[in-house]
Amino acid sequence: MRVRKLFRVPDRRGHFGPFGGRYVAETLMPALITLSEAYRAAKKDPAFRKELAAALRDYAGRPTPLYFAERLTREAGGARIYIKREDLAHTGSHKINNTLGQGLLARRMGKGRIIAETGAGQHGVATATICARMGVPCEVYMGEEDVRRQALNVFRMRLLGTKVNPVTSGSRTLKDAMNEALRDWVTHVRTTYYLIGSTAGPHPYPVMVRDFQSVIGREAIRQFRNAEGGLPTAVVACVGGGSNAMGIFAPFIRFPRVRLVGVEAAGKGLSTGRHGATLSRGEVGVLHGSKSFVLQDRDGQVLEAHSISAGLDYPGVGPEHAWLKTTGRARYVSVTDAQALEGFHLLSRLEGIQPALESSHAVSYAVALARRMRRSETVILNLSGRGDKDMAILMERMGGRGVGN
Amino acid sequence: MSGIDAAFRRLRSSGEKGLVVYLTAGDPSPAASLAYLRAAADAGADILEVGVPFSDPTADGPTIEAASGRALAGGMTVAGALDLVAGFRRTHATPVVLFGYYNPFFRYGIPRLCRHARAAGADGFLVVDLPYEESREAVPTMREAGLDWIPLAAPTSGMERVLEVDKAGSGFLYLISLTGVTGVRRSLPPGVAAWTRVVSRAVRLPVAVGFGISSPRMAREATRHAAAAVVGSACVKVVETHGRGRRGPAELQRFVRSLKSALR
Repeated sequence: MRVRKLFRVPDRRGHFGPFGGRYVAETLMPALITLSEAYRAAKKDPAFRKELAAALRDYAGRPTPLYFAERLTREAGGARIYIKREDLAHTGSHKINNTLGQGLLARRMGKGRIIAETGAGQHGVATATICARMGVPCEVYMGEEDVRRQALNVFRMRLLGTKVNPVTSGSRTLKDAMNEALRDWVTHVRTTYYLIGSTAGPHPYPVMVRDFQSVIGREAIRQFRNAEGGLPTAVVACVGGGSNAMGIFAPFIRFPRVRLVGVEAAGKGLSTGRHGATLSRGEVGVLHGSKSFVLQDRDGQVLEAHSISAGLDYPGVGPEHAWLKTTGRARYVSVTDAQALEGFHLLSRLEGIQPALESSHAVSYAVALARRMRRSETVILNLSGRGDKDMAILMERMGGRGVGN
Repeated sequence: MSGIDAAFRRLRSSGEKGLVVYLTAGDPSPAASLAYLRAAADAGADILEVGVPFSDPTADGPTIEAASGRALAGGMTVAGALDLVAGFRRTHATPVVLFGYYNPFFRYGIPRLCRHARAAGADGFLVVDLPYEESREAVPTMREAGLDWIPLAAPTSGMERVLEVDKAGSGFLYLISLTGVTGVRRSLPPGVAAWTRVVSRAVRLPVAVGFGISSPRMAREATRHAAAAVVGSACVKVVETHGRGRRGPAELQRFVRSLKSALR
């Protein structure tokens, strides 16, 4: 009954129970309605699906492998850990799945310019990439703080021919980048496609991003069945806005026995107030066009989030995650900066895989979870991206330690 | 009949156009803000929009964004804005619209907000990011409290939506003159006059044109086919320049008077 209820969302206007919807300025409403219609038509069009499938295969390199992490499993000493290798997708993260899909949609809609927001820069790079491929001008908004800490991705975007606009307002991170992208969109709405990278934002973005990312979960189900038979006991993914988590969760929602666990950023610790654990510590509110959980003060002002990983440094979260949390279908936990760094080192040393700091949160929790589980049980860890972009942060944090020993 | 209805009725009978002035509550301090509101009313503003500051004002340009920042730094809250309105109401009858983003209102609690707004003497709400489609969760409560919900229409809306929001709202219809954020412009886009005329003829509510209007000449031009002009960023700039300075309210008064005289 509960699961059946889960299937009835969202409604036509993008409501997941009390969450979601479209809370935007009137100027954008007609654009969102047009976008919803265009997306619905594209989804049903065999030509669109065929073109997207080909791009995912030949350009993005899908399917990404589902890898049995033998030494990580031994280290945890419990459940068998499988890693869904989104880090191996083109551009280095799962973000390409969505940008390919929305890019084709933008072209179908005849939009001659694409804009995007980015936190860690992975969505920015993935957007810049598909724009280069399609020959469409692209501008990416990125908080000044993120421009600094993810300089490598900024350079990549510029090499791809994209204009990166540093945002100097507020906390100078993802939240403020999204504010600025919305201001650009409201100004150029007739000619510009706003390519949102997360399951946040107004309807239809949460649904559309989830659908384009669901390829992760669909592949994982098939690959797991081939490797182990049946279904995994648990699926673990990090949650900032929530796109990689929704991508792997969505196809598993209808299997109630599969535990879904989202891992948020606890930053310097939940009690310090310096974190990005929106679902764990936020309250219901409206930010960036949808109703969900929001880190906010008593007066409804949005608080600055904090995380070592720019991609989880966001005081909002996708409305479907709020719905999954409220209905109990998924559980949300949090992992500190320090624990995420441990997760990074563990995967690096034991498996020769260097995850993004965002994904390192999921690594940390997946190992802790597997340790408490039986050896007959299984965990799929969604490794959303690779860690190359984070080397400067790691060098800064470690001061040269960890090298040569 | 609401205070806003009465204001438009009076304007119509005297054959003049209305002036709606926007100021951010608590900018740069609660006390200074009250003095600026009184100055605007004294200078002939027909309706005041009192902006409740929000941390993430995505529909606003740099001027009002900065004003929100100053107000928040000065400790302004929803409750503070209601106190401000109550303070203003002790001396002035000018209708007041509480203007803001949905989250602070939602957090305050819509039924409680409406009760307190009514008690403070506010006349209505304009919620930038609460479009018609989501309005059902708040508007019936506002209406029960006798408060107007001012709907917005944009150049992108299309006639069908304009008619829908016109039916759903009360007080006046806020017609956004351009696709973009708030902020001072040197001129209005060429299609505004035609669009305003089409809308004004089709709708039931009086139409107030806003966004970009920064001079008496532009205000007059914008109201050729509309009942009123909204001037926000240009007024906020006066506050930005003078802050708590003693000359500030007098300067605003001068500016507002020049706007209003172009509309008579």
